[in-house]
Amino acid sequence: MKILVPVKRVIDYNVKPRVKSDGSGVDLANVKMSMNPFDEISVEEAIRLKEAGKAEEIVAVSVGPQKAQETLRTALAMGADRAILVQTDEEVEPLGVAKILAKIVEEEAPKLVITGKQAIDDDSNQTGQMLAALLGWGQGTFANTVSVDGDSVEVKREIDGGLQTVKLNLPAVVTTDLRLNEPRYASLPNIMKAKKKPLDEKTPADYGVDISPRLTTTNVSEPPVRQAGEKVEDVDALVAKLKAVGAI
Amino acid sequence: MKTLVLVEHDNTDMKDATLAVVTAASQLGEVHALVVGSGCASVGEQAAKVAGVSTVHVADDAALANQLAENVAPLVASLMDSHDAFLAPATTTGKNIAPRVAALLDVMQISDILSVESEDTFTRPIYAGNAIATVKSSDAKKVITVRGTAFDKAAAEGGSASIEGVTGAGESGLSSFVSEEIAKSERPELTSAKIIVSGGRALGSSEKFEEVITPLADKLGAGIGASRAAVDAGYVPNDYQVGQTGKIVAPEVYIAIGISGAIQHLAGMKDSKTIVAINKDEDAPIFQVADIGLVADLFNAVPELTEKV
Repeated sequence: MKILVPVKRVIDYNVKPRVKSDGSGVDLANVKMSMNPFDEISVEEAIRLKEAGKAEEIVAVSVGPQKAQETLRTALAMGADRAILVQTDEEVEPLGVAKILAKIVEEEAPKLVITGKQAIDDDSNQTGQMLAALLGWGQGTFANTVSVDGDSVEVKREIDGGLQTVKLNLPAVVTTDLRLNEPRYASLPNIMKAKKKPLDEKTPADYGVDISPRLTTTNVSEPPVRQAGEKVEDVDALVAKLKAVGAI
Repeated sequence: MKTLVLVEHDNTDMKDATLAVVTAASQLGEVHALVVGSGCASVGEQAAKVAGVSTVHVADDAALANQLAENVAPLVASLMDSHDAFLAPATTTGKNIAPRVAALLDVMQISDILSVESEDTFTRPIYAGNAIATVKSSDAKKVITVRGTAFDKAAAEGGSASIEGVTGAGESGLSSFVSEEIAKSERPELTSAKIIVSGGRALGSSEKFEEVITPLADKLGAGIGASRAAVDAGYVPNDYQVGQTGKIVAPEVYIAIGISGAIQHLAGMKDSKTIVAINKDEDAPIFQVADIGLVADLFNAVPELTEKV
């Protein structure tokens, strides 16, 4: 079986995003960019399925700027077999990404699509569910455990208050949550090898998908700033303070 | 504008998360509620009592018992012929279903809204709340998830909505429910806890974490969280993690113990109403966001606090 793994290039999770003073967005110039952490988990899960003999080929896909090539190379260095970059400098919304992915699924015919539950930049948490809807496939969102068995996959999902297990007929879409696995680091030899793995370049137009945005961001602002409060001398003063604000 | 609110429930009781969504929907227009489940008539009756709801649609069908998105989304999409906006709570149920509805309607969803600015304009957090975006939707129908902590809860009593039955499309044949493990712990779940006691790397070991953090949480009836550093060090499992890649929480009181306050952690808890920090490093960044700070050795201060609260 073939697994398709969509990945996104985002601001590194250790970098504090700075809002531009004109309110037009977040400043991404000279900021460290990395693979979306949830997508790293997706790549790792696909590799583990391949290592377990459940999958033969892993295709990583990214919709984004030319530099998203680096993110795809990371996926290849981790263990993906080949990559597709759908290059665009436009910001593509989850609905547009899902439409492009649906076209790629038509061409590639994977049995499983594994992608992060959300990207840590726009925090939408939509692409996987939208892709499943467009394809008429089942969806296993927020996966904690993925077990492929013949023509179906069991997905243990992280839900509020606990875990839910669903069984999906293949083909299906799985979105990954934090506890699914711990992604590996690419070794230096694998990073070198990844440079030789195939990476196709396409554009949204190649797939005939209209990616014009439906949402307009009219302003991006800093969240209300928290004022540092006061320091108290000892535990008694802390207890008194907590009582004063009605906390206890 | 006619809105349709997805009621969060377990086939027996309506969950509070619904009430904040009703408030958000009422800022857009007329509020209809949708109860999707099996043997869920009592939930329909509870939803009909919520102030501001005019009609409750109840889809009661064995195929909908576990609210699988594959079965629920086509039903919602068909109801959107006669509604202008679909609003779901930003719970795992809402987040699972709403995007599937949006794609069926060819609409770009607006996730996790914090406020309704007008009929088509909303604010929502991006970058884990490090920035707030104002977005305007050009879609004819709106599909929205609502952050529960950002809206007041509508009154659960006082309404008298009419109840109508609706029929779902049955089993999609794409997925099936296998099982569910709902944590039965007495301890409140992180995302709904009123008080959270959170521990960091400074605790030094899982034994110390248990010994210092748990008694205070027990005494306060609090949920227990942890920083990524504490999770990475193996003191507690991953699901304790509060932060950008963990859980985003906004309790009434957040007590950060031995947590320095990395950006990634602050992103997950800075919307808490009152933040208390206990740390022996007086320059720790956590003090810049704390309402009440205590510079002290946590191994002395926390047991003392546990005794005195």
